[in-house]
Amino acid sequence: MYGRRSWFADLPRLAILGICAAVVLLPYAWMLAVSVKPRSEVFSAALSLLPEVWYAAENYGRVFAEVPIGRYLVNGVVVCGLILAFQLAFALPAGYALAKLRFRGRETLFAFVMLGLLVPAHVPAIPLYIAFANAGLLNTYTALAAPFAISVFAIFLFRQFFRALPDDLIAAARIDGMGEASIVLRVALPNAWPAATAFAIFSVVAHWSDLFWPLIVVTKGDLYTPALGVLYFRAEEAGDDYGALMAAATLVTVPLVAAFLLAQRRFIEGITMTGLKG
Amino acid sequence: MVDAARPAVAFRTPRFGEGAAAWLLSLPAVAAYLLLLLIPTLAVAALSFTDFELGLPGARFVGFENYAELLRDRGFAKSVGNTLVFVGLVAPASIAAGLGLALLIEAGARGRTFFRAIFFLPVVSMIVAMATAWQYLLHPTIGPVNAALRALGLGTPNWFGSSDWVLTSLGFISIWENAGFNMVLIMAGLTAIPRELYAAAEIDGAKSAWARFRLVTWPLLGPTMVFVTIITTIRSIRTFDTVATLTQGGPNKASELIVYTIYQEGFTFLRMGYAAAMTVVFLAAVLALMLIQTRLVERRVHYG
Repeated sequence: MYGRRSWFADLPRLAILGICAAVVLLPYAWMLAVSVKPRSEVFSAALSLLPEVWYAAENYGRVFAEVPIGRYLVNGVVVCGLILAFQLAFALPAGYALAKLRFRGRETLFAFVMLGLLVPAHVPAIPLYIAFANAGLLNTYTALAAPFAISVFAIFLFRQFFRALPDDLIAAARIDGMGEASIVLRVALPNAWPAATAFAIFSVVAHWSDLFWPLIVVTKGDLYTPALGVLYFRAEEAGDDYGALMAAATLVTVPLVAAFLLAQRRFIEGITMTGLKG
Repeated sequence: MVDAARPAVAFRTPRFGEGAAAWLLSLPAVAAYLLLLLIPTLAVAALSFTDFELGLPGARFVGFENYAELLRDRGFAKSVGNTLVFVGLVAPASIAAGLGLALLIEAGARGRTFFRAIFFLPVVSMIVAMATAWQYLLHPTIGPVNAALRALGLGTPNWFGSSDWVLTSLGFISIWENAGFNMVLIMAGLTAIPRELYAAAEIDGAKSAWARFRLVTWPLLGPTMVFVTIITTIRSIRTFDTVATLTQGGPNKASELIVYTIYQEGFTFLRMGYAAAMTVVFLAAVLALMLIQTRLVERRVHYG
């Protein structure tokens, strides 16, 4: 902040940051290390990260042999994809209408959006569960994805974003004879990519890791999401086999962490821009 | 004024007016909002006045009976108390950690992107998986943390197994998870502070870094810090994943947090009327917290 400094003068700062970084990385380092260690080494409570005997094939092999981890990962992708598709399909047109069209009830509608922002997702859970149970929809993709199809946060975000869109652009499209629906599709949507990407990252991160709702509506193994898969493997199969357990934890953590490391700036922008909903 | 320019356009879209188009575009969102958010939230309030249990026929209207029971329920009192202690520990600590990290990173040019990425990593990691890794790290006998403590001749607590330590251990994981998130929000706030103000403060006699922080950084960071405080409080009051993964509220209810208690009452014991009353209390607490904190914003943001 106060100009360039020599390496030497910068050293205390870098040292403190380095120690903090080591603490943050601790669980990742041990998760990876234990996932390639044999049982005997895991239980010896030694402080060495590197294994004496390389046991990766056995640990990861055990995960693949005992639980359909590939299936869980696919379920995670399907559920996150469904949720995101519906959130965008509902929120983009509504956000456009709230930002650019004048109509009776607009202020009321927007007030309800703001009100919705205040309600944590745990609040409507009980009635939604009862509804899904009565409809015989427990243990389905519908039950996993449907409650999140509406994101008031996405409506709010797109409304703010579309307000910055020049009115001339929309007026020109109207003069060309476009209806409002095709303006959304052909004018607003192509301009909404930055906001849509940011929201997509936020949404996928939130729902890939979510445990609360999947734990409630899914009891059958073939619909387990990655988070449920790890929980189940922990409780039923792994026992105290930490090697295999850490291998499973690594497998479900890697996809998002890898994506984050590849597109770091976009992730940080996306999640902080959408930080409002936490 | 704008309406004067309207008719020419309206001619080209003869079937719907602007209002009709707006409602059509909003219709899917409005329907989903009503079905998935508004009606279920109102239904929670309604359920809280009944003795509804899933699987049992017929629910009776019981008035405020559930709320009266909440007041007598020792387990619920314990859960609320734990949640208050937990938020009281996690929110200040992860805000302070986020602020410290942000200031340290911004204080120099080296390693900015690198450290920011590392501290942000927990935000994109699945907590169920990372909690499992923490559980191994903090395992009472085979965990590396206790092995290191033993080597140093220090005590080796049973981090998740003792009722004295369990809330602190879970709190530590939450701080680990939230610090990087807060750091990034605070860094955004820091970048918005005009550089000239620091130069001006220095000319006015603010020689030490601390004086500049107190005179420039802290007041101008005010709105960001209030925003971060609201978000962190709400994130920590909702903690569920670590409890469900590691302790299930134990030992001896020492790590029962409100959302986990609601989950158990509603979805394990299926006493949904009672759980609905808990949910209403939880929602009221979240709304009250937001209200108090936004009031504080209004006072703070105007720089006295």
